[in-house]
Amino acid sequence: MIEFSAVTKRYPGGHEALKSVSLSVADGELLFITGHSGAGKSTLLKLLPVIERVTSGSVVVNGQNVSSMRAAAIPYLRRNIGQIFQDQKLLYDRSVFDNVMLPLAVTGVHPKDAAKRARAALDKVGLLAREKANPITLSGGEQQRLAIARAIVNRPAIIIADEPTSNLDTDYAGEIIDLFIAFHQVGVTVMIATHDEDAVRRAAGKTTTRNVQLKAGELIL
Amino acid sequence: MTAWLRLHWMAFGSTLAKLASTPFATVLNVLVIGVALALPAGAYSLLFNLQYAARNVSSDPEFSVFLALEVQKSEIAQLERRLKDLAGIEKVEFRSRESALAEFRKHPSMGDVLAALDRNPLPDAFVVRLADNNGDVLDRMAEQVRGWAHVEHVQVDSAWVRRVAAAVGVGRVAVLLLAGLLSFALLAVTFNTIRLQILTQREEIEVAKLLGATNGTIKRPFYYYGALLGLLGGGAALGIVFSAFWVLNRSVAEFAQLYASDFRLDRLPPADLASILAFAAALGLAGAWLSVSRHLQSFEPR
Repeated sequence: MIEFSAVTKRYPGGHEALKSVSLSVADGELLFITGHSGAGKSTLLKLLPVIERVTSGSVVVNGQNVSSMRAAAIPYLRRNIGQIFQDQKLLYDRSVFDNVMLPLAVTGVHPKDAAKRARAALDKVGLLAREKANPITLSGGEQQRLAIARAIVNRPAIIIADEPTSNLDTDYAGEIIDLFIAFHQVGVTVMIATHDEDAVRRAAGKTTTRNVQLKAGELIL
Repeated sequence: MTAWLRLHWMAFGSTLAKLASTPFATVLNVLVIGVALALPAGAYSLLFNLQYAARNVSSDPEFSVFLALEVQKSEIAQLERRLKDLAGIEKVEFRSRESALAEFRKHPSMGDVLAALDRNPLPDAFVVRLADNNGDVLDRMAEQVRGWAHVEHVQVDSAWVRRVAAAVGVGRVAVLLLAGLLSFALLAVTFNTIRLQILTQREEIEVAKLLGATNGTIKRPFYYYGALLGLLGGGAALGIVFSAFWVLNRSVAEFAQLYASDFRLDRLPPADLASILAFAAALGLAGAWLSVSRHLQSFEPR
């Protein structure tokens, strides 16, 4: 259960990215947040792993008010949220496999277990054959799938994805959306910020989804 | 707990890998630290040896009282009584001019010289030993006795030993100052090296933080790196000092033989060697800590 209550986010300089947004997301829901760029979609997602903090209001995840969480507790919160970033944030100085290992390495998982889980995640997104490759040699769709594998390797209960299908051909975008549908179907809460209408329609045709729209920082249901 | 240990082990491993991946830079850094620390470490072990040599020479609290040549037996007895009446005296030993002459005759080169003289040139003497080893009391008492009638000369044998001790004390302060100054070199080297590392690994650090790495996990490898760099630098310093001493030892051995004392420069006890290494590692750690706390601040949410 995720609960945004009267959330306002004002960036330094005065720009108000979110204006009193209230939204609750049930466990296991597949939620699309649509809207033009600059509408506040990314900001809304960044509040969950506390990459940004609210200016006022509160964000409660599984009964925990993350907006007032102390800095030392934030890493443990982030391990339970699979994040797919708009700019992917892959590391190009190491292999596909090591990219997926990173979330496990920083939490001290035994290397043997970690390797098993990393391969399972790569298998899930269909990249197991490319584990030794450098991410720079992957196609755009493959890079996005790698980002997804890294996000799910910790088996999070919540996945948030910021524009996961932007810059992808329709076919690749479809594959990505299908992956999110698969996570949704095993009970993971999935929140996707996108302005890709095709992706939203494709998901709606296959499973139950919910759409909310942001416009200039305000929620339109 | 095991995860925590594993994180430490992994941080240590990645630190070793990092040191080995840039061998040239590592060797240069280690040498810079080594040279900076070799100066105070070398000076310290020189002092240590000097002190050791001084300790082998008697520094008993005693002085010799040489009497005038024409002094009478009764006056000698009177002087002995006066000396014994002084406060804090442990022993007064009389050495007659005859026994002194006999002793001199035993010395092969002296026999001829003495034979050439028509009378015994040596004076009667007392060796006065004090109960307490206090240089000031010793000096004051010697000064007092110097003023007495029939006393020709008073000599405080341990004076130079105390002078050496005082010089060593000054030298120790100088070494500490030197060590303090050159410690900054070590701090600066680790600080800067780690600053560069943080800059080049900025992306990795950022991503690791987003994926749930704690601050401790991110900082740990840098701490290990700093401490290890300091430790290697300390090792290099000791290496430099020992090789310098190995060269010096040959000439010093000759010099020391002239003074009939065994004067060697590699006599630092293991505890001192260990504390030099520990000091270097601690400085490296401090440099890493400074650098990390200055350069890793910008990763917290606003």
